[in-house]
Amino acid sequence: MITATVETRDNYLTHEYGVKSWLLTKDHKRIALLYLASISFFFFLGGIFATIIRLELLTPPGDLVSAQTYNKLFSLHGIIMVFLFLIPSIPATLGNFFVPMMIGAKDLAFPKINLLSWYIYMAGGACVLYAMLEGGVDTGWTFYVPFSTSYANTYVILTGVGIFIAGFSSILTGLNFIVTIHRMRAPGLTWFRLPLFIWSMYATSLIQVLGTPVVAVTILLVAVERGFHLGIFDPALGGDPVLFQHLFWFYSHPAVYIMVLPGMGIISEVVSVYSRKKVFGYRFVAFSSVAIAVLGFLVWGHHMFVASQSVYASLVFSFLSFFVAVPSAIKVFNWTATLYKGSISYDTPMLYAFGFIGLFTIGGLTGTFLATLGFDVHVTDTYFVVAHFHYIMVGGTLMAYLGGMHYWWPKMTGRMYPEGWAKLSALVVFLGFNLTFFPQFILGYLGMPRRYWAYPEEFQVYHVLSTAGASVLAVGYLIPAAYFIWSLRYGKIAPDNPWNAPGLEWQTSSPPPPENFEITPVVTSEAYDYSILEEMKVG
Amino acid sequence: MANHSLALRHQFDDVEQQKDASTFGMWIFLATEVLFFGGMFCCYTVYRSRYPMAFGNASNHLDLILGAVSTAILIFSSFTMACGVNSAATGAKNALVGFLSLTILFAAAFLVIEMSEWHMLYKEGLMPGFNFTYKEFDPGHVQLFFCMYFAMTGLHASHVTIGIGILAVMAIRAWRGAFGPEYFTPIEISGLYWHFVDLVWIFLFPLYYLIARHLQG
Repeated sequence: MITATVETRDNYLTHEYGVKSWLLTKDHKRIALLYLASISFFFFLGGIFATIIRLELLTPPGDLVSAQTYNKLFSLHGIIMVFLFLIPSIPATLGNFFVPMMIGAKDLAFPKINLLSWYIYMAGGACVLYAMLEGGVDTGWTFYVPFSTSYANTYVILTGVGIFIAGFSSILTGLNFIVTIHRMRAPGLTWFRLPLFIWSMYATSLIQVLGTPVVAVTILLVAVERGFHLGIFDPALGGDPVLFQHLFWFYSHPAVYIMVLPGMGIISEVVSVYSRKKVFGYRFVAFSSVAIAVLGFLVWGHHMFVASQSVYASLVFSFLSFFVAVPSAIKVFNWTATLYKGSISYDTPMLYAFGFIGLFTIGGLTGTFLATLGFDVHVTDTYFVVAHFHYIMVGGTLMAYLGGMHYWWPKMTGRMYPEGWAKLSALVVFLGFNLTFFPQFILGYLGMPRRYWAYPEEFQVYHVLSTAGASVLAVGYLIPAAYFIWSLRYGKIAPDNPWNAPGLEWQTSSPPPPENFEITPVVTSEAYDYSILEEMKVG
Repeated sequence: MANHSLALRHQFDDVEQQKDASTFGMWIFLATEVLFFGGMFCCYTVYRSRYPMAFGNASNHLDLILGAVSTAILIFSSFTMACGVNSAATGAKNALVGFLSLTILFAAAFLVIEMSEWHMLYKEGLMPGFNFTYKEFDPGHVQLFFCMYFAMTGLHASHVTIGIGILAVMAIRAWRGAFGPEYFTPIEISGLYWHFVDLVWIFLFPLYYLIARHLQG
């Protein structure tokens, strides 16, 4: 019976067919899938670079690849993972799909601009790919001057142009979300009834809109300086390279929160649904997202503690950096408080949420270590820093992204993923991740510098552990890739609300109809109100 | 009226919501533009405060008359744009097309003057990267002044060019009768963009042409 109804119901996937209906679509749900396919491609490409890096580091001498190649490998790994995977990851896929659905809207405010943002992203990605095929770039993802402007003999301009272009897709996505959240909410859906995922997407969008233009113009200046041999940042011609670092990190530090805030939003949803409780201290969690976005703009100088920044500036930046721990801790404590006396079920998204909470806590706490001036001087540019930001970006964002993918997969595709395999892969990812990156904390503390291609023998044991962990992690990512694709055809047909969740996105069919809701929903209660579902059942 | 309700896109409930969203979207976009130019203004401020003498010397090489005339033209183009929005609101189609065309004309005149100034600087050997032969007071930091000058006026000129494109599309649509007193949001938000472009120049002109001309080494 269920199968029959699903097949006769019109949904966004069956509404139109053909390549053209996808490439010219203005439906936010289809654009989300276009993004999903593209960012998955870049994720696996970035993963291949990571694999070669880990293989090279298996043995102390630089033997697998040349030093030049190694520089290009970690540069491309960083550039692709940061600019082409992590930044668009959750906003452009899950955000694109669910922001309108969670607020009861038919679409984003500007569907054409949404499609345009995907094309811009692809154009930027194509530039980076072309630069990669021509011979790559070796500046690291940070493009520090004067190396990038005067000395690097690789495709800096082309890669920079690619990132410049891709930045505009991020700006347009953020702009679209802000306007949509302000102007398109369903009747009765006040700001404090919004799901926390929406709050986190709103905070993310603010950073995208206010931060990205600055890095865009900075990279533009680098490209111009390199192209025309000018001296904007070149000390030999009177320019100031530290000014470049200020401008770069003015965006690139907040960009960390572009990556992690959406993940926090997913965790709030998942923790609530699988413990069947309202998120503890809803307003605090909501405002902590905004607080992180605001504070994120005030701490960029902690990337420059050893870059000839004045000591007084460093003191202030160090002090402010500690403050970011406050809203972050509010989130972690409130998630745990939500679990307390909840009726917890251990479905796959919840496993990822647990992984996120643990790993983000480690990543966040080591962040406060690094905000401490004295300690930072000791571990600057070591593997300690590498481990720290991978705990936030991979242990945090990527775990949340995978959790969100599992949580919403039934709604997006109308199919269930295989629960057994999914739980197994969540476990494998968690173990593989820790095995890869925990040894790197020790390595860094012992003094192994980042971006080195060869190292002394006493570090080898940690590198072997890390490489072994990376292999496990790779398996952990390949399993979901396989069963998600498998489930599209063979997965169980998903009910409309498999998790019995109260969010608006679950109150329509799976997959949703092109206009999301047959009748515009009217909201009468706060988010995460499970009593409503009970009433509906009884009624 | 039927024609105007066609202008309501499917994602919106009513015309009011659509107008609100479009206007709000343009304001957010302008916020990104402020930050976009902001990065360069920040560089300018840092370098100006560090090398005031070099910057004072360099600004004496800019033509004050050309700068002032182009500023006046741009301000006047903002006036004609505002008149255009007003004509759209009152449904005066011919006046709207006329004001939009005038605005485009002024914008083009602005660009012509700016290009002639660039050409003069090029001939004087003050265009870094192409022809820079300045050897007098502190050439390194004078070079920095002109790098920032060309980067910022160049970015601004590209915005003026895009503006001409937008206004041309608007003029054609207006001529075909796409707008009326009930629906002229595109004209209104193009106007916002145009005023922003004008406003950026209002900052650029004093920063490069007016202040600290007396500081000479």
